[in-house]
Amino acid sequence: MSAARLSGWRHSPAVWPLAGLVLLALLNVAHDGSLAFFRITVENGHFYGFLIDILNHGAITMLLALGMTLVIATGGIDLSVGSVMAIAGAVAAMLIQDGSGWAAAAAALAAGLGCGVANGVMVAWARVQPIVATLVLMVAGRGIAQLVTGDNVVLIQSKDFDFLGNGFVLMLPFSIVLVAGFYLATWAGLRKTAAGLFVEAAGDNETASRFAGLATARVKGCAYAFCGLCAAVAGLVVVSNVSSADPFKTGEYKELDAIFAVVVGGTALTGGRFSLLGSIIGALLLQTLQTTMYNLGVPPDIAPVPKALLILTVCLLQSDKTRRWAAGRWRRKAAA
Amino acid sequence: MKAALQQRLPLLTTAGIFVLLFVAAGMLYPRFFSERVFVNLFISQSVLGIVAVGMTLVIFSGGIDLSVGAVVGFISIFMATLVMKENVPPVLAAVLAVGLGALFGAMMGAIIHVFRQPPFLITLAGMFLARGAAFWISTEATPIDHPLYDKLSGYLLMLNPKLGLPVSALALLAVMAGGYVVAHHTRFGRNLLAIGGSEQSALLMGLPVGAVKVGVYALCSAGAAFAGVVNTVYMGSGNPAFGAGMELDAIAAVVVGGTLLAGGRGHMLGTVCGLLILGTINTAISFNGSLSPAWSRIVVGVLLLSFILLQRLLIRGVRGRQR
Repeated sequence: MSAARLSGWRHSPAVWPLAGLVLLALLNVAHDGSLAFFRITVENGHFYGFLIDILNHGAITMLLALGMTLVIATGGIDLSVGSVMAIAGAVAAMLIQDGSGWAAAAAALAAGLGCGVANGVMVAWARVQPIVATLVLMVAGRGIAQLVTGDNVVLIQSKDFDFLGNGFVLMLPFSIVLVAGFYLATWAGLRKTAAGLFVEAAGDNETASRFAGLATARVKGCAYAFCGLCAAVAGLVVVSNVSSADPFKTGEYKELDAIFAVVVGGTALTGGRFSLLGSIIGALLLQTLQTTMYNLGVPPDIAPVPKALLILTVCLLQSDKTRRWAAGRWRRKAAA
Repeated sequence: MKAALQQRLPLLTTAGIFVLLFVAAGMLYPRFFSERVFVNLFISQSVLGIVAVGMTLVIFSGGIDLSVGAVVGFISIFMATLVMKENVPPVLAAVLAVGLGALFGAMMGAIIHVFRQPPFLITLAGMFLARGAAFWISTEATPIDHPLYDKLSGYLLMLNPKLGLPVSALALLAVMAGGYVVAHHTRFGRNLLAIGGSEQSALLMGLPVGAVKVGVYALCSAGAAFAGVVNTVYMGSGNPAFGAGMELDAIAAVVVGGTLLAGGRGHMLGTVCGLLILGTINTAISFNGSLSPAWSRIVVGVLLLSFILLQRLLIRGVRGRQR
């Protein structure tokens, strides 16, 4: 009985990223020689500290990872989220120059949703490979964002809009509250209804699901549309945070972070079962790594190296071959 | 006859589109229609072209290599540092660079094959690794000043009294010829297409799947490393930031060239045409002067899209006949 519980614990998708988080936290503590990493203080009526920082700056990757989880669970992938972020940011920045923040944000969300729907149509109805279909928008999307802003970096001066990336609610940065709300809504929408099951079924065996009467194309299309929407929200948060929309740099390489967060979180790239919480933890792991790098004084240009090593380690740990080898060792030990 | 034609259709379409684009640009901009512009296509696309040849081979096998752009950047600063700071002779440095590239690719290929990991994820880690390592060597561009480099960058193979091919274009032509032979006239190339068509069948036929997969990633990275070396000659300096986004352009050239991204079907000459199409679009936009360079991305995206849809129709047509 205890063995069953143990193996259940070992198979939870969140174990590896959580172990990674603990390791990184210990590394910080060892480097600082104090518990400064965990300290949260109140300044100007807001919470401050490393942990708050990680949550705040990780918000973008967490948002992207939520949408990406659904797409990957249907057996697909969305490479265009970075470009969609740039498009949403550019649309908001241009509209805000002569209008209200709300209208601009709504238009940006609509643009993101539109991009997601376009991806969904390509994958679900035109039956194009997901990598290729979203690659098109990844390439063309940057161009569209450049056209929207006229090749410029657009500055934003709007009090309403600034709140999105720099405001505070309940003493916490607004982006944290936003992510929490998004996570809860997504979780409730998927796990408290049959929708989550539909997504898993479509990703696990599309043909069988279709014969069972599931409109797999519609499920897939919705997953991509949701991913586009998440990317648009993430784009708005970034653009609001830095008060400018840069069609070249906004969301650059973010698609990779999002995919990695999902994979680390235990959602297999082959589709099927997914874990929203796992993806959130995966995103936090990436952000903690980044913050740790700054804390240890590693120059930001070199930061990709530890990230790459982390990706490789996790991939190798999660591969079937390593698992079978580890399981063999485990059983031999138990038998002895 | 008809089947052979259908098999060549993507290649013929690509070639047709290139000719159409070139003629259209020539009608729009009178001075476009010249030998010089055509030769310049090869010169300006030399680094990308060398990368795209390796990428074609990887895509033949059903894989993908996202690390190539970062490898170009890494090798360019690696070369510059070896030659300028360590006083290594450039030829030895180039051999080291290509060897290092091959080793890097072989390692990625081994992880992909042995641990059954998605190529896209492992080469993505490789991209971060190579880019980070490039900035580790130096965060700033390093100019290269060496007699051999002066000689190489000054060399022109004269085609006629007014027009010559520089070393970078010659390197591209050589790599293209080599890539063509490897892809379509060797056992290795056949094996690649077989694995891309169905890895399971290839394994059952007794083909050396593991060796071929490791080999093709090694070859692709070595190609990217060679592109990095050529880039130092072309630019006269090494820059760790060089090659950002190049993997996308290379994939675009391959796909526009009619090669199936799922693997198993394609042609090296298609990649050459795809490359020329990308070059023509960029040249035409720079000829116009008033068009935003953003259009080049959008046009490439639209071309990609139309090719993918065309391929889907073709596959459907073939399957329909088999039934």
